[in-house]
Amino acid sequence: MADTILEVKNLTKYFKTPKGMLHAVDGVSFSIERGKTLGIVGESGCGKSTTGRCVLRLIEPTSGEVLFEGNDIAKYSAAQMRKMRSELQIIFQDPFSSLDPRKTVSQTIAEPMLVHKTVPKDQIRSRVHELMETVGLADRLINSYPHELDGGRRQRIGVARALAVNPKFIVCDEPVSALDVSIQAQILNLLKDLQKRFGLTYIFITHDLSVVNHFSDDIAVMYLGQLVEKASAEELFAKPSHPYTEALLSAIPVPEVGGPRRERILLKGEITSPVNLPNECRFAKRCIYASEECLKGNPPLREIAPNHFVACCKAEQFYQKNS
Amino acid sequence: MYRYVLKRLVLLIPVLLGVSFLVYFILDLAPGDAVDVLAPDDATQEDRERMREELGLNRPLVIRYLDYMSDLVRGDMGESYLSGQPVWDSFIEKAPNTLLLGFASLVVSVGLSLPLGIYSANRHGTWKDNVSMVLALLGLSIPNFWLGLLLMLLFALRLGWLPSGGADGFASLILPAITIGTGMMATLTRTTRSSMLDVIRQDYLRTARAKGVSERVVIRKHALKNALIPIITIIGTQLGGILGGAVLTESVFSWPGVGRLIVDSLNSRDTPMVTGAIIMTTMFFSVVLLLVDLLYAFVDPRIKAQYATKKGGKSNDNKQKQKASA
Repeated sequence: MADTILEVKNLTKYFKTPKGMLHAVDGVSFSIERGKTLGIVGESGCGKSTTGRCVLRLIEPTSGEVLFEGNDIAKYSAAQMRKMRSELQIIFQDPFSSLDPRKTVSQTIAEPMLVHKTVPKDQIRSRVHELMETVGLADRLINSYPHELDGGRRQRIGVARALAVNPKFIVCDEPVSALDVSIQAQILNLLKDLQKRFGLTYIFITHDLSVVNHFSDDIAVMYLGQLVEKASAEELFAKPSHPYTEALLSAIPVPEVGGPRRERILLKGEITSPVNLPNECRFAKRCIYASEECLKGNPPLREIAPNHFVACCKAEQFYQKNS
Repeated sequence: MYRYVLKRLVLLIPVLLGVSFLVYFILDLAPGDAVDVLAPDDATQEDRERMREELGLNRPLVIRYLDYMSDLVRGDMGESYLSGQPVWDSFIEKAPNTLLLGFASLVVSVGLSLPLGIYSANRHGTWKDNVSMVLALLGLSIPNFWLGLLLMLLFALRLGWLPSGGADGFASLILPAITIGTGMMATLTRTTRSSMLDVIRQDYLRTARAKGVSERVVIRKHALKNALIPIITIIGTQLGGILGGAVLTESVFSWPGVGRLIVDSLNSRDTPMVTGAIIMTTMFFSVVLLLVDLLYAFVDPRIKAQYATKKGGKSNDNKQKQKASA
């Protein structure tokens, strides 16, 4: 059996709003093998960041299990969870707001080590230097404040900070979406190198499909709080079997003049409100293939081919069509 | 940084000129003068005129003012019309009492409002938050002197636990300090709360939690420290205000401080005394505000870095550009 490091079962997060329950994450299940990367993609507001944060319990999940190395950390007390934070880390989207403006680079990187006492006090300084070198931050920046640095450097601080406690697992919550394209590549390569070097496992949350293909072993597509398709990266790109995935893939720009292009599928209409959802396929209102059948209940995620899960009642048809 | 301090001190001069002239002018507008208070009831019109001449009150306002100012710049604040004592001596005699009361009120106010404001911000939108905000609003709306009278009624008259006035020992400090402290507390609690709310929503607090930092430390080290600047500003303004602003409370509790000195001197049209005391109060207020501005540098390392590069001159521009882009 494969070495599963993290397994999420039926993760749910509802937010109470004046209009009713907002289903941010609604029964999401997946698992990740050690040393692999799971990409989670979806449009804004589909619950991908909430999923990532619920896994780390930065947001308390409403229900569901989060098994990390076999232990359900969703049931851990706050104190137990704090200890676990040395193994599970997160890199945030916005490197501008996610760093304490009053702390220098070295203070920010050193804090997790002080909290978890993973490194003896007299060695923290040298460990900070080491981490800065690992993530490619010049030594002279050690006493700089975040506002003095550009986005790429700040994100490197975020990476160094996450690495400081030698985690096994890192949630990368859109780590490059706030950065310039040239710097995006640098940070992505850095993350990949680090994964190889330290055997890290990633959940990589993004809305950028070209990034996720390059980066992930498996890809999960989210729509309105649920997984609609999950498969290996190659399989998903070759044989998208959910109309939503198909539409997403068709939107990837091809950086080649006259190169082969997918037929562009334009989604119509607004995303359905995640508050008080009706019992029908959540994508039906925007789906160009929707029929009567789609309004008869929300289709569950099912395996239509080995390690290829789709939540669509016509999945087989699409699978056939694309293969 | 020294240049900055110097600039601020130089700016103090026009402020003091304006304040002194205003006080002098307004006191002159008020009906009656010191002679009306000083002269015995059976004094004749000639006696009164003679007294005016002795005090120099028969000269025009502008001459009197210029005369006063020329003495002032030589460090002579003149003498009280009433007691003949030098103004400086009377002021210095009362100032420590007012400072003591101000400090005690500050302890009451900060001691109550910081915890309450933080508590409120942490429970934003709950009934606990609402209750503490209503309390803060009450503190703000209740007139100080009235609260003072009520406290006096309860603790001095009914229960007899504390003295109703005067200044002997710690016990007599408690009631006036609570009276002023609660008034200050209201503003400070609200400032603390809103400033904390601003910070609590910041992403870097989530970062700190993700690091595994305990909630207590997240609030104290990451949130409060970042929320401190507006809080310090308010504390500074209030502290500066106490020296002159405790007028009512000092009168209610017959606390022998500067506030009461000003009220008493006003009643007897003792122009040099009033002007002197107000000039000193203004100076104190300005110096406290300056100290607060300097304190920012210690609270916020970013501002400190700015001061440091100001000496360098040119690098300052880059700094500000960076700040603007951030």
